[in-house]
Amino acid sequence: MEIVCPAGTPAALRTAVKAGAHTIYCGFSDETNARNFPGLNFNRTEMREGVEFAHSHGVKVLVAINTFPRAGDEVIWHNAVADAEAAGVDAVILADPGLLDYATNNHPKLRRHLSVQAAAANADIINFYAQRFGVKRVVLPRVLSVQEIATINAEIEVETEVFVFGGLCVMAEGRCSLSSYVTGKSPNMNGACSPASHVEYHDDNGVLDARLGGYTIHRVEKGEPAPYPTLCKGCFTAGEKQGHLFEDPVSLNAGQLIPQLKKAGVTALKIEGRQRSRSYVAQVVRNFRAAVDALALGQPMPEGMLAKLSEGQATTTGAYKKTWR
Amino acid sequence: MDLTVGPNQFFWSADDWANLYDDLASAPVDRVVLGELVCSKRLPFYQDRIPDAISTLLAAGKQVALTSLALVTLKRERKLTAELAEMGVEVEINDLTALTYLPEGTKFWVGPLVNVYNESTVRWLASCGAVRICLPPELPLASVKILAAVGLELGVAIEVWGHGRIPLAISGRCYHARLHGRIKDNCQFACEDDADGLDVRTLDDQPFLAMNGVQTLSYSYACSVHQFKALANAGVSTLRLSPQSKDFKEICDLYRQLLDGQLDEASVVSGIYDLDETTRLSDGFLTGIGALTGLDGQLNLDNQEPSFCQPSDFSSTM
Repeated sequence: MEIVCPAGTPAALRTAVKAGAHTIYCGFSDETNARNFPGLNFNRTEMREGVEFAHSHGVKVLVAINTFPRAGDEVIWHNAVADAEAAGVDAVILADPGLLDYATNNHPKLRRHLSVQAAAANADIINFYAQRFGVKRVVLPRVLSVQEIATINAEIEVETEVFVFGGLCVMAEGRCSLSSYVTGKSPNMNGACSPASHVEYHDDNGVLDARLGGYTIHRVEKGEPAPYPTLCKGCFTAGEKQGHLFEDPVSLNAGQLIPQLKKAGVTALKIEGRQRSRSYVAQVVRNFRAAVDALALGQPMPEGMLAKLSEGQATTTGAYKKTWR
Repeated sequence: MDLTVGPNQFFWSADDWANLYDDLASAPVDRVVLGELVCSKRLPFYQDRIPDAISTLLAAGKQVALTSLALVTLKRERKLTAELAEMGVEVEINDLTALTYLPEGTKFWVGPLVNVYNESTVRWLASCGAVRICLPPELPLASVKILAAVGLELGVAIEVWGHGRIPLAISGRCYHARLHGRIKDNCQFACEDDADGLDVRTLDDQPFLAMNGVQTLSYSYACSVHQFKALANAGVSTLRLSPQSKDFKEICDLYRQLLDGQLDEASVVSGIYDLDETTRLSDGFLTGIGALTGLDGQLNLDNQEPSFCQPSDFSSTM
């Protein structure tokens, strides 16, 4: 199976290549991708050099242009597609139907993948994207169980890629305006969910509030870990109950499900975290590479390695297990 | 401009559901979208009432469309969605999946849960047969203006979210079920007691969101009254009103009087508050500063006693 690894910077790209990634995904330093964070991503020169470096090591590069172009500013997204092709990337990852249509007509030789942000959650819509826009691979939304993924793969001809590790969207991806609701900045249009510019921490006599857009999302007592205030993993009250109504502050670790995902026909395993450090990326890639190499040789999964990665952190297998819903 | 009533987003009894459409037959609205948007498990409870509701509305001179689900995953849901095209009325797609089943050349409407953010997407949808598009509520006025102009050029009617709790997210997980310690497959219809969704409050006890099964909505009710002239000038053809359990026909009346010039903006807003003084109205996303700002431009940040979260109140590590 193919390990698809995040790179938020050129240095992270080189680290991931050396750590054994089969494929790297990254984005340009602007709002054309869904990790538009300050100090992250690639300028045009860095992209060209990154692609050269990766290709010289036999590693592919995918470029995420997976936000939804703002009305009136589509040219920014069109330029990103053209520059990705000029840099020699192996594919672009797109979500917006208008942009897919544009790329199909204007860059027909550039391979197109469907981003998770398009939330294509059944075989019929996947086949439609394949037929209309020549999409070759679909990144599946995190609303499907392993069994449902197997059913989808039996009915489609394109490849599927699934998230196995890192941050977890609880809502259907690309169809959530929660962050926009409190910050006025749209993840779909501006490329950042829960942007750091709208996060504040308030220490009131040892009680630490984490706020997003002025709204308290977490409150912890001194010494307790304060999670980053992402709305869907916040603490709220409904009826008589208070708690993490949508999801606990957890991250995804589907490492143990790799054999089942392979059996379900999945081509590629994706690691979230373009905003993560180089050492994190290197460690995660090495572990997942070892796991898929072992699987390919018919050997047992390396014990304990993947569990160790999320040490001290709550994890979930998310929607891959049906009971999550 | 004219008025469309969107599909009911909540789970009502079959009688309450049917009563809404009986009422709407005599309401001053031009078209009605009905059917199940949020959760396919709700549909069997009122499905057999749909044909009568359609007949009543058509007889009253309304244009009628059936909505698709917002998120189609299961085989049963794919089949339901495919059958929409055979019901003899227009189809409103709220998941692009529904588009895949429409026979080539079929005209259709596009609902607010399809991501239509730019000119190219409007043009592509029009080339597929879209004749009416309700833009996502998240769009700021600047985007609405540009897309309304493209709509005018292509002969595609552009609608904007006019009134009601704003759909913010859709999920594979049911939050109502989770709140009751259940999973979606065994939800026991936990959402049926909340006819307008269940209020979700912050740790500072501020009203914040509304939970509706797999859907999450705004607590505040978007109200486009103050933006209606700007929308009309931009060439927006229609305001969409989203059903609520109380006084909905009266709200339709108020908007009609606004459109007809019989009432000014301030009178319509005070008319809405007269119906229920506890309603919280907002400009929605149109003014581009987040949908929590009230019509008075103020955030409500009243501090209450500190309240802590207990990390594992709702088991999710299953």
